[in-house]
Amino acid sequence: MAELADPSVLVDPANWTCPAPLRDQPIVVMGHGGGGTLSAELVEQVFTPAYGNATLAALGDSAVLDLGGARLAFSTDSYVVRPLFFPGGSLGDLAVNGTVNDLAMSGARPAHLSAAFVLEEGVEVAVVERIARALGQAAEAAGVTVVTGDTKVVEAGHGDGVYVTTAGIGLVPDGVDIRPQRARPGDAVIVSGPIGLHGVAIMSVREGLDFGVEVASDTAPLADLVAAVLAATADVHVLRDPTRGGLAASLNEIARASGTGVRLRERDVPVPEAVANACGFLGLDPLYVANEGRLVAFVPRPAADEVLAAMRAHPRGAGAVIVGECVAEHPGMVVVSTGLGGTRVVDMPLGEQLPRIC
Amino acid sequence: MKYIDEFNDPDLARRLLDEIRATVTRPWALMEVCGGQTHSIIRHGIDQLLPDEVELIHGPGCPVCVTPLEMIDKALEIASRPEVVFCSFGDMLRVPGTGRDLFRVKGEGGDVRVVYSPLDALRLARRHPDREVVFFAIGFETTAPANAMAVHQARRLGVGNFSLLVSHVRVPPAVEAVMTAPACRVQGFLAAGHVCSVMGTAEYPDLAERHRVPIVVTGFEPLDILEGIRLAVHQLERGEHRVENAYARAVRPEGNPAALRMIEEVFEVTDRSWRGIGRIPASGWRLTDAYRAFDAEHRFDVTGIRTEEPAVCRSGEVLQGLIKPTECPAFGTDCTPRTPLGATMVSSEGACAAYYLYRRMDGPAPRGSRAPQEEMNPVG
Repeated sequence: MAELADPSVLVDPANWTCPAPLRDQPIVVMGHGGGGTLSAELVEQVFTPAYGNATLAALGDSAVLDLGGARLAFSTDSYVVRPLFFPGGSLGDLAVNGTVNDLAMSGARPAHLSAAFVLEEGVEVAVVERIARALGQAAEAAGVTVVTGDTKVVEAGHGDGVYVTTAGIGLVPDGVDIRPQRARPGDAVIVSGPIGLHGVAIMSVREGLDFGVEVASDTAPLADLVAAVLAATADVHVLRDPTRGGLAASLNEIARASGTGVRLRERDVPVPEAVANACGFLGLDPLYVANEGRLVAFVPRPAADEVLAAMRAHPRGAGAVIVGECVAEHPGMVVVSTGLGGTRVVDMPLGEQLPRIC
Repeated sequence: MKYIDEFNDPDLARRLLDEIRATVTRPWALMEVCGGQTHSIIRHGIDQLLPDEVELIHGPGCPVCVTPLEMIDKALEIASRPEVVFCSFGDMLRVPGTGRDLFRVKGEGGDVRVVYSPLDALRLARRHPDREVVFFAIGFETTAPANAMAVHQARRLGVGNFSLLVSHVRVPPAVEAVMTAPACRVQGFLAAGHVCSVMGTAEYPDLAERHRVPIVVTGFEPLDILEGIRLAVHQLERGEHRVENAYARAVRPEGNPAALRMIEEVFEVTDRSWRGIGRIPASGWRLTDAYRAFDAEHRFDVTGIRTEEPAVCRSGEVLQGLIKPTECPAFGTDCTPRTPLGATMVSSEGACAAYYLYRRMDGPAPRGSRAPQEEMNPVG
């Protein structure tokens, strides 16, 4: 038994203190890519000062440009997923669906993509071929063509196998004005289906993590679903695909951009049992887990039932539900009513969600 | 999920709340010891549903929050070494040491990995015999058996490149420290179910008797917590101070004998500093002499690192229940999860972070932050 201190020495609460920690990270940390506050700060403090403009400042999923009389949506995204192949999809699927969905969230009909590959020396050509084939098939399924591309190779150890960057363009139909700033108190908040599947699928196959249940990513193109929604009503205020940072990050972005509050009903948020179990096991909140084939829509309440019916009639929106509403109270904040009748704030995530110890 | 959903039932919760309301006749202050319970209370809004007479004080039971600065500094030093693979539970990575955190060390090229079990770290050591694999063994009695098992297996299998950086803490001495503090307001305790599922309840009757406080062992789901509160209030109203077990589906009085044997073989009781609180006698565990070779503090010679904790935040008062997080002037302004002034703001189990995440409407408004454009998706 070790020597112990004199138990009569009292712990003096007057001296209970805590240290002052870090304020800013002078180097890039993983959280800068997490889609939360750290990512936002990088955009605000580094990118916007360097090349900001009015279009960029709108910070939508895609930029909407007036070009030669047409309204063009334009977006780009880099894909660095590990592993390259996972239940429900692959890097190739994400590279198409992610960019196509960013275009669709401004109401655009996606038309063409670029695809740039960064390959690490030593990667098997067969792997690149599988990804390229998946990308081609996903493009066909999404109704877009890959019309330009690029290939670069970095030395072994300077990359993580394969990175893909895609950019896409599409046309925004006349009379459609969909952006986060347009959320209004009274809007119904609709989610197109069960949440958290992509994030849990990825976590389940990463090294050392196996929940014993196979969960497939929800990666899917959403432009057809958006077209179905717009056929029901052109007056859609906001669309967003809740990718990294999950539903929580998307709703916080919308609340802040529009200066409104968002109120969710926890019981109505569709969380599949496997996602709930995995999140319970890891100490994660499903609201913060990534999706790749879901959208959240803000529509005026009178049109909500029609939009809901249109979504449910489409295979990608069969599980659509109204999960809450946009309110005038607590502007910039997302609040959830818990199953027991209490409330809590759903904050913008800082960086990546960290699994809790217990 | 079976055995989870049943303990979330709103109708049963309302019934328990009605019973608590019917029982209570005057103000009572209860402390939930465990950070997991604090998280659950705030996440489900349980404190908002209780009658005004019942106040919940959030105790020092977040292992991430109470790990001392000095130990974080040792972790940072070890994790920075080129031969080391440093393995940790996820939420330790953001806890600030002096000048940096483990995320920063990772960004600077250190091999820092999140694992979900110490046995994963041991597997890593066996797969990479050329590397030194260190596991950051923090936590209360709950995580001790698995950590003990990992080092026990390492010794049995002769895995020489595996070691533990141990900062284990024990609940009963913390309860003792809370009760003997001069400004103590706590009149009853909710004891942490997972700790008791390992240790049993034998350590608590003496505490209940000497300090004349009811101690109710309970779990983490809303109904568990409400039932624990109901039993504690019931005892207080009748002037009783017993140990009761409201978590019988997980806790036996004798605990888990196999886990206890493993702890006893590998660890011995030692004094420990608690971040924001100070040194509490006999409040921790360290490796016994037989396992000293697996002690990362000795293997990497960091025993000399000494860090004083500067006084800048009031988390000590929060941990002791003297103030609510929202009563701290820095809460939500200078002190946020992004820029924590104290460790209670770091882990989501910390009282300040739980209030910030879930209860900010009651306090100062947050600083606005604009939305990011989607790019560089780590999972997509």
